[in-house]
Amino acid sequence: MTANETITSARGAIAAKKVSARELAADYFKRIAARNGELNAYLTLSEERAYRQADRVDAMVAQGKPLPPMAGVPIAVKDVISTRGIRTTCGSKILSNYIPPYDATAVTRLEAAGAVILGKTNCDEFAMGSSNENSAYGPVQNPAAPGCVPGGSSGGSAAVVAAHLAVASLGTDTGGSIRQPGSFCGIPAMMGSYGRVSRYGLIAFASSLDRIGPFARNVADVATVLKIIAGRDASDSTSTTTPVDDYPELLGKPVKGLRVGIPREYLGAGMDSGVREKISAGVDLLRKLGCEIRDIELPHTDYAIATYYIIATAEASSNLARYDGVRFGPRVESDSLISMYRKTRGAGFGAEVKRRIVLGTYVLSAGYYDAYYLKGQKVRALIAGDFRKAFAEVDVIATPTSPVPPFRFGERVNDPLQMYLADIYTVTGSLAGLPGISVPCGRIRGTLPVGLQIFGPAFGEAKVLQLAHAFEQAGAARL
Amino acid sequence: MKITREDVLRVADLAYLDLSDAELDTYRAQIDEILEYVGKLNELDTTNVEPMAQVLADDQTADATLREDLVVPCAVADDVLEHAADPEPPYFRVPKVIER
Repeated sequence: MTANETITSARGAIAAKKVSARELAADYFKRIAARNGELNAYLTLSEERAYRQADRVDAMVAQGKPLPPMAGVPIAVKDVISTRGIRTTCGSKILSNYIPPYDATAVTRLEAAGAVILGKTNCDEFAMGSSNENSAYGPVQNPAAPGCVPGGSSGGSAAVVAAHLAVASLGTDTGGSIRQPGSFCGIPAMMGSYGRVSRYGLIAFASSLDRIGPFARNVADVATVLKIIAGRDASDSTSTTTPVDDYPELLGKPVKGLRVGIPREYLGAGMDSGVREKISAGVDLLRKLGCEIRDIELPHTDYAIATYYIIATAEASSNLARYDGVRFGPRVESDSLISMYRKTRGAGFGAEVKRRIVLGTYVLSAGYYDAYYLKGQKVRALIAGDFRKAFAEVDVIATPTSPVPPFRFGERVNDPLQMYLADIYTVTGSLAGLPGISVPCGRIRGTLPVGLQIFGPAFGEAKVLQLAHAFEQAGAARL
Repeated sequence: MKITREDVLRVADLAYLDLSDAELDTYRAQIDEILEYVGKLNELDTTNVEPMAQVLADDQTADATLREDLVVPCAVADDVLEHAADPEPPYFRVPKVIER
């Protein structure tokens, strides 16, 4: 199963007429049919649209036209990202029958680059969760660590790539939802800087934090997808005009002499001993690659989880007000409008979403706004300031992606605070708006993948990718 | 205790969210624990800190605020109404809002 598993090899095989885009799509649908029952990673398949796109690519091949960078490459899209004509549930009952009338910009750009969308992937409801156990459609199995959660919230997007049911996929990251499942499923996964990729068509959870980003088999493919989806989009006023670097082209640049900061606050108590050992081996590998390892401080790290869960839930409570049974989703009928809203929302949302709506509404409510929400925004500024100071001294920052390896189903689901605390290494970069990747850094206890996270300064994606690529090429996955 | 059962009821009212008695009790206890934890932010003196209300610097979104106001076609009304719970094109129908 090594053929056609990367963007380069799949596109290359199609260009060389070794396989048609239609045959390749059919092959992937066959694999999905064989394994999805067990993995539960795809929620909806889009065969018609996939074959229509594959045929377009095959026509280009037949006519000898130049092929776009992802010609015929089968991909998957997280179910919080809008796809015209394809059901998009957000992992929620409240959107069980929702069919978007438009495509997200990231989807439009990938299809314009020739990608073939196989279907929509399972996720925690409205991207709220770290284990995929909050999906209304059942959890995703971790193909890399049987019996364990795939991570979340983009668990399905990570699992389909890890299980060879897509060459690459799109996920979304608000507090770690791309990087942590990437780490848990043993594949590279990246979020660009806030504003790097248009959020148009991403169904909002927390608008000042949400980002779309890629999962792929290797860092080069991550760079390819990120370059395609990045860049200014008039439909998202927070997408930036900052120029997009040629990430795939820059990958090979030497990393010798790169200054890598290791924040001492990230190596404290609460980290699994196996994870600690692998991260330490990973840092040694960076040193062998010629990087200059520096001890740095990010003194407000300990306040990041509290800050994140104020800001993210506040924004969620506002964004999720739109689910009221009027315009989309099922409705629970009642005799008055308000009672219809209340019943529809009470029946349609799952436990974690309700918990966050209540918490978010509380921290925004009269009398508590200053104590919680405003305080959170101020501490967010301090956390962003920590990183600004650190990046005056180092080029990138390396940390564990998660303090724990993939855990077993049900292990944490009844203790929300414990679940939140495990997001400690990822939420900091989310709050600060920085680019971050998780890249495989060995396995512990036989099978459990560990991820090394690399943060860069805002719009420093190229450096993050260079280091991740060098790390991967040096054999980090086998540490 | 940071949050009472009445607080949760009040907030659920604000959010138009029906909660069962069991949910009320569970959320009260869990959110109480979360707020207790969040209280650690008060260890920090933030008197002179500007709140971070947006992520990007102004010059990174320079053209975002002042684009030309152009009319573009947007013929999605049929698609939008198709999957609504109770459509009556070109409207969404809802229970009676105003009593005569």
